[in-house]
Amino acid sequence: MNLTLKIWRQNGSSDKGRMVTYRVEDVSPDMSFLEMLDVLNERLILEGDDPVAFDHDCREGICGMCGMVINGVAHGEQKLTTTCQLHMRHFKDGDVVTIEPWRAAAFPVVKDLVVDRSAFDRIIQAGGFISVPAGSAPEAHSVPVPKAAADAAFDAATCIGCGACVAACPNGSASLFTAAKITHLSLLPQGQPERESRARAMVEQMDAEGFGGCTNTGECTAVCPKGIPLDTIAQMNADYLKAASK
Amino acid sequence: MAVTGAVLVLFLIGHMLGNLKIFLGADSFNHYADWLRTVGSPALPNRTLLTITEIVLVVCVVLHMWAAVSLARRAAKARPVKYAAKRKSQANGYAAQTMRYGGVIIVLFVVWHLLDMTFGTVNPKGGDATPYDRMIAGFQPDRWWVALFYLVAMVMIGLHLRHGLWSAFQSLGLTRRPRVRGLLQKTAVAVSAVLVLGFVAAPVCILIGVVK
Ligand code: HEM
Ligand code: SF4
Ligand code: FES
Repeated sequence: MNLTLKIWRQNGSSDKGRMVTYRVEDVSPDMSFLEMLDVLNERLILEGDDPVAFDHDCREGICGMCGMVINGVAHGEQKLTTTCQLHMRHFKDGDVVTIEPWRAAAFPVVKDLVVDRSAFDRIIQAGGFISVPAGSAPEAHSVPVPKAAADAAFDAATCIGCGACVAACPNGSASLFTAAKITHLSLLPQGQPERESRARAMVEQMDAEGFGGCTNTGECTAVCPKGIPLDTIAQMNADYLKAASK
Repeated sequence: MAVTGAVLVLFLIGHMLGNLKIFLGADSFNHYADWLRTVGSPALPNRTLLTITEIVLVVCVVLHMWAAVSLARRAAKARPVKYAAKRKSQANGYAAQTMRYGGVIIVLFVVWHLLDMTFGTVNPKGGDATPYDRMIAGFQPDRWWVALFYLVAMVMIGLHLRHGLWSAFQSLGLTRRPRVRGLLQKTAVAVSAVLVLGFVAAPVCILIGVVK
């Protein structure tokens, strides 16, 4: 199939940036979205043009590197998948596809579709350490974890830090990401000693990074490739309120 | 947002129950309106309850609007460059998308409503008539557009509360477990629906002549 792509091109953070239209021909429905961009880039390189910069690493939905807003939807309209897991069979011949980077003040564009997500790293850093004995691994059954808590904590821990939640949120809020990280430890016995101070520090760092405020619209969880539920945001709010009321 | 919203919801529940007294006849309704003004007397001066309610409501509405404006401004700052493609909502939450402009419509409604029912400025019977007469006169069929405006405003309030209540439960951290969350979701829908139905009952029944 043949497609028309409208791609955000921006040569570095000081460039103003613009949408540029490209044609890609003979796209196979078996290609992933990133492979389709590879085809475009190979042609651009042969023609002596600058290839479109985009982030990627694992190309199997586990690293969280890839991510772009495709036709107004973070990671494209296919649910519960990353951009690298989106296949061209979901498009048809003649489609016009708009491709933009995550848009958030806290995620400045590095080049084209690549944004700087170190704000997320600083939120994680603000979370600090957990008090567990380092050294040799303890016997696995020495800390009992209820099944329901283990399941919910594991669900939260599947967040890959891609940033789609921020990109999709009408308020540009990072609540789903931060809440996933807080919930993951807050439900486990190992997370208890620093539970409240951690929630407080991470929420304050999130606000300091310039993300917007959450109004519970649910756009984040709808695009999240890991389906992180909104319950995590309630957990974050509960832990934060408890810490703030002390 | 959640706390001021909750106070406003409590007021709405009381207000709706009061309105339903119209179905018990003119005496019951006027007597209730009179009671609101004289409750606690002679120990307390007239209008004590009303004045306290008015102050609390004004403070809550102002703080609620201030919180809403702050959130909107934070959102604008958090995304200085907009998307070129129209952002397609993936969350199918119509109520969530009407919060900001819906809130403005509700406030405009409240202004008209006070001029109509409290001060009587835009009411055919004026401010000196009994509350019952004002209400009946306000929703006569030749003033169908007033009743229609009330209906539209009540639906907006229903949407606002449907998302607002659920959002408040979420902001207060009550919706952590799927089961409780499902229950509170249903509570938000039920409270909003009951309020809308309770409020539209009186204007509709007056409009079609069931209550005269
Ligand atoms: C003055 C006009 C109003 C504006 C501009 C306004 C705006 C808003 C906004 C922007 C929110 C947050 C929305 C969100 O979570 O997405 C909100 C929440 C809410 N509103 Fe209003 N609103 C207004 C009037 C009212 C009125 C009259 C009521 C009560 C009848 C009300 C009840 C609520 C409740 C209960 C919430 C939930 C609080 C929360 O999110 O935690 N609002 N409003
Ligand atoms: S919560 Fe979901 S959308 Fe947000 S960063 Fe984690 S995996 Fe990505
Ligand atoms: S490249 Fe790793 S998640 Fe897409």
